[in-house]
Amino acid sequence: MGGTELLQFGLAGLKNGSIYALVALGFTLVYAATGAINFAQGEFYMLGGMLSVWAYADLGLPLPLAAVTGVAATAVLGGVFELAAIRPRKDGDPLAIIIITVGGSMVLSSMARHLFGPTERPLPAFSGGGSVKVFGASLEVQSVWILGMTALAVAALWYLYNRTGLGRAMRACAVNRDAARIVGVDTRLMVTVSFVLAATLGALAGLAVTPLTQTVFDVGPSVGIKGFAAAILGGLGNPIAAVVGGLVLGMLESLSIAFISSTYKDAIALIVLLSVLFLRPQGILGRWRREKV
Amino acid sequence: MSSETDTMLAIEGLHAGYGRVEVLRGIDLRVGVGEVVTLIGGNGAGKSTLLKAVIGLIPPSAGRVRFLGEDITGIQPERAVKAGLVMVPEGRMLFGPMTVRENLELGAHSRGKTDLTEDYERVFELFPVLADRQDQSASTLSGGEQQMLAVGRALMARPRLLLLDEPSLGLAPKLIGEIFAALDRLRSEGHTILLVEQDARLALRHSDRGYVMRTGGIALAGSADDLLADDDVRLIYLGTWHGGEETT
Ligand SMILES: Nc1ncnc2c1ncn2[C@@H]1O[C@H](COP(=O)(O)OP(=O)(O)OP(=O)(O)O)[C@@H](O)[C@H]1O
Ligand SMILES: [Mg+2]
Repeated sequence: MGGTELLQFGLAGLKNGSIYALVALGFTLVYAATGAINFAQGEFYMLGGMLSVWAYADLGLPLPLAAVTGVAATAVLGGVFELAAIRPRKDGDPLAIIIITVGGSMVLSSMARHLFGPTERPLPAFSGGGSVKVFGASLEVQSVWILGMTALAVAALWYLYNRTGLGRAMRACAVNRDAARIVGVDTRLMVTVSFVLAATLGALAGLAVTPLTQTVFDVGPSVGIKGFAAAILGGLGNPIAAVVGGLVLGMLESLSIAFISSTYKDAIALIVLLSVLFLRPQGILGRWRREKV
Repeated sequence: MSSETDTMLAIEGLHAGYGRVEVLRGIDLRVGVGEVVTLIGGNGAGKSTLLKAVIGLIPPSAGRVRFLGEDITGIQPERAVKAGLVMVPEGRMLFGPMTVRENLELGAHSRGKTDLTEDYERVFELFPVLADRQDQSASTLSGGEQQMLAVGRALMARPRLLLLDEPSLGLAPKLIGEIFAALDRLRSEGHTILLVEQDARLALRHSDRGYVMRTGGIALAGSADDLLADDDVRLIYLGTWHGGEETT
């Protein structure tokens, strides 16, 4: 295999990996705040694309405005979902939350099917359908958007986490909820915020991909499982690890296509998931420990 | 001393526990403004549970808690801090992966966006070692330094009542001395403190009054001097039966 060809696979891996990274970040943020896995994360991805299509095709908004509308509406839905379905569960039992999100995920996708139909819906590329050459390999312009948006989202999240009072409070809540409460952090608000952020990140990923793949009501679970695998691979609860996990998973998938066969691409996530759980449950970079005392 | 206006914290007939297990069975306790009050009692007597019930980490099932005259029974902890009830919890509960400075910043979380320069100066003056450790993560501190950080973090909230749960736990005598020297300073500046300690002699020496807890209730109450002289207290909590000999 030539270098150019390899680069081509590498770029594809980077593109898919950054999508997984955004979805994985969503898992990680909710896990940090609640100790639970949000199985509705894939639906936020679906909604980001679907609501943008709706705003563009059905409402007739210009594409940039439709995109913002789609992501913002998903973010709001993420918050509403938390307030309506998670918060009433007062004890915050992670297992209960997991089950609620599984149910919520089914509700969200059937609603999407009901409202937006059972067929795939397209969205135009953000700036035309061409591609650019990168050292001989070609990359769709839309993929450049995907990489750029991911980089921007990660940078914004890094800033939020490390440079703002809200981010500090979120981290405190991840380390030790009771300790966060006794210094005055409203931990229930942090849970809501984490769902809004998770929905935003998922929506951004779904929005960015839709011009390449179209979208439909049932794309959520398969992307969800990959984002979940990426989050576990990196180390659940640690944002940097989620990004690393996403990129590594994207690359592994690309390599498997390059050297084995594209048949196994979707199995990679599951293989990765199981191997990590058996061999290194804390992930590549290690989990953010929830401290006991 | 018993006038209502001078009362910082009044606990009346408080019951609380975990799930169906009742730990506190009708606690009456009062802390006056500017007082240092010690709560002593053996393992499992319910001292930590009482502090948790006061600041709302666990909900009381009966009884009342009044803070500066206001009924705060069943308050949420985040509101309790805002009101000025600040706890240094058993086991410190620091934010281990975060830096000393971030821990202190979080201590002031309830105060919103304000200038904290003075507060840092105050904490670093009380515990100079923390100034040199600002950028270190809290988990890398020694036990004594962690305890200092826990107290410092609480002070950042500008407490009106400081609830201290076993600040001497697991520390070498020299460090216990340093912690208590700091507490004495806070006391002399007029801070109001409710102190939980296993080392009754040490705690009572640094307090105005004390309560002895036994299996979820108050067994004895009195001035620090009276308790130090009380035969039962001497027998059970001070480990000496006779006489005025002092060992520490
Ligand atoms: N989280 C909890 N869940 C259930 N029971 C608890 C919990 N924490 C404490 N208990 C029980 O409540 C009782 C009182 O515990 P508490 O921690 O208040 O005692 P304590 O007086 O602070 O003891 P120590 O001096 O050992 O700290 C004990 O019987 C303990 O087993
Ligand atoms: Mg205790």
